[in-house]
Amino acid sequence: MAVNLKTLTEEELFYGAKTCQGCGALMACRMVMKVVGPKSCVAIPACCMAATTTVYPQSAIFVNNVVTAFPGLAATIAGMAAGGEAMGWDDDTTYVAFGGDGGTVDIGIQGLSGAAERNDNILYVCYDNEAYMNTGVQRSGSTPEYCWTTTTPTGPCSKGEEGQLRKNLLEIMAAHRVPYAATASVAYPMDLLRKVEKAKAYKGCRVLHISAPCPTGWGYDPARSVEIGKMAVESGMWYLAEYEDDKLKLTYRPKALEPVEPYLKCQRRFRHLKPEDIQEIQSVRDQGWERLAALYEGVR
Amino acid sequence: MAKAFLSGNEAAAHGVRLSRPKVVSAYPITPQTTLVEKLADFKAAGEADFKYIMVESEHSAMAAALGVSMMGARVFTATSSQGLLYMCEMLHYVSGARHPIVMVDANRATAAPWNIYGDQRDAYAMRDSGWIMLFVESGQEALDTVIQAYRIAEDPSVMIPVMVNLDGFTLTHTYDLVDIPDQALVDRYLPPLHTTNKLDMKDPKTLCMTVGPDYHAEGRLLQQKAFDDAEKMIIQADREYAALTGRGYHGMLEEYRCEDAELALVATGSVSGTARVVVDMLRAQGRRVGLIKIRSFRPFPKAYFAGLGGRFKGVGVVDRSISFGYEGTLYTEVRAAMYGSPAKMQNYIVGLGGRDIPKEVVVQMYDELEKTVNGNSSGEMRFLGMRW
Repeated sequence: MAVNLKTLTEEELFYGAKTCQGCGALMACRMVMKVVGPKSCVAIPACCMAATTTVYPQSAIFVNNVVTAFPGLAATIAGMAAGGEAMGWDDDTTYVAFGGDGGTVDIGIQGLSGAAERNDNILYVCYDNEAYMNTGVQRSGSTPEYCWTTTTPTGPCSKGEEGQLRKNLLEIMAAHRVPYAATASVAYPMDLLRKVEKAKAYKGCRVLHISAPCPTGWGYDPARSVEIGKMAVESGMWYLAEYEDDKLKLTYRPKALEPVEPYLKCQRRFRHLKPEDIQEIQSVRDQGWERLAALYEGVR
Repeated sequence: MAKAFLSGNEAAAHGVRLSRPKVVSAYPITPQTTLVEKLADFKAAGEADFKYIMVESEHSAMAAALGVSMMGARVFTATSSQGLLYMCEMLHYVSGARHPIVMVDANRATAAPWNIYGDQRDAYAMRDSGWIMLFVESGQEALDTVIQAYRIAEDPSVMIPVMVNLDGFTLTHTYDLVDIPDQALVDRYLPPLHTTNKLDMKDPKTLCMTVGPDYHAEGRLLQQKAFDDAEKMIIQADREYAALTGRGYHGMLEEYRCEDAELALVATGSVSGTARVVVDMLRAQGRRVGLIKIRSFRPFPKAYFAGLGGRFKGVGVVDRSISFGYEGTLYTEVRAAMYGSPAKMQNYIVGLGGRDIPKEVVVQMYDELEKTVNGNSSGEMRFLGMRW
């Protein structure tokens, strides 16, 4: 049965975490678990989600769950899936990993690549808040161009993050030919929930890359997380897509891309940008969308 | 019981097979590789039914093993040298979360300079990782110790992972006649893993939690207490194994011809075998020499060394390792445990990076020790058999 808001369970399996107000990562985990359900085992590495959910003697996760090392998430959940299978756990148990962007596209990418290549039976979820937030906002391989972080500070000699391109996890996973991978955003819950439902139904290595705005690291009023998540997608700074049957396709196409300036200017991390910087970001976005049009179905 | 001509790695692999792990996670590295190859052969031949995860690195090998153990399944992995260093982080996770994983480490030098041959600097670099560390002297002992290791690790009073150390090449690639116990015998000795430290669908829980300052030290206290129990279990597991198979290894350590010895060498691993021969040789010449072979480095046989007092006039320690800026790693441990003993002590650094340790060098150790006892010490720590 296709997931919808009427049938969506009231049960909370990821609830009571000590995150910052307006935490997009928590929204991502909570929504994923609503679809995954209680017949699951969760692994989380040393990151925001472990620090805010499972500090002894409390836990904010209401299914089997473990903490593991920062680079060890994919291998740990793969081991759990293998162990569960070896111990005769039911086949419909879902083994879910929640890692941040640093823990996934940087320090965890090797382990995830191994799990993807082996097609281990895992559901790997990356909540992407675009920097190392647990350690206090340092740039990651998923930090956008000209973004301020504490390791890409702005000043007379620095415009912030220098790299124009972030690592594209969806395409990295597509290159591994995993059964299912998708991007999503906490600001588009139906799109996200539907993708979790799809992913859950597959066997093998499934990967979700979820945009998760971070009021603390990005610098905005915590009440605006969903609004800012939407602005990211509507301005084409994030896109909603999936990889299935060896095809990449957009699952949501903004009618016309909004200018990037309002999205950038409402966040402290971009407040230093000059008009020409914003223009450059917009032109990189445009090139990116030209590229998407060539590679993805549903862009035009 | 069957006899076979096996390398140390193959013997260890038989020990793994007989222990019936549910999952093996493996990554190749010289000189461990032939062990995991042998495990793959067992599986291909239908002689073992574990699930085999071929991970992409040693870090993942241990992370996957942790995940397996969290499900309550018995798991095995093996590594060496750089691989052990690479998985170092996960060793602490596994021991801190109290998962009874067994691993073989084929002891090898650590780079730089890159060197694939044997010494024990890799294992000693993991001294404080919270693992039980056993060293073996032969392929036979490797096979038997892997089986014993699961008994020790999985005992409810212990729940500490075990690293079985096997000297690279000297043992891993040396062939010897090995007794392979019957599966039924091993099954009697080693029942399936029963643990409460696992996930459970009927009673969901959190494992390996974040623990702040309020409780962290208490967890460490429990680990330390478990190591006390581990010492008893290492002795008991060996005794019970001996009762079943006729082969035992004297628990924590073995004294060889020490009864009336004036000079004793302390050693671990394969060099113990050479030292036995030298002891016999020197005994035949009327010299009162003996050997103390340390089998368990962690837990360390502290009480034994503390209790030696003036029993020996001289105690020499053979180290295939050095802690730069201080002395041989094993020597520091032995000397500290012997605090207050009137025995003269000396430390011999040998066998680094695969350098052979011939009988002559072991004879030289006893000679140097005798000089030290007679007040003509050539220095407390000596590199022996050097070009310069």
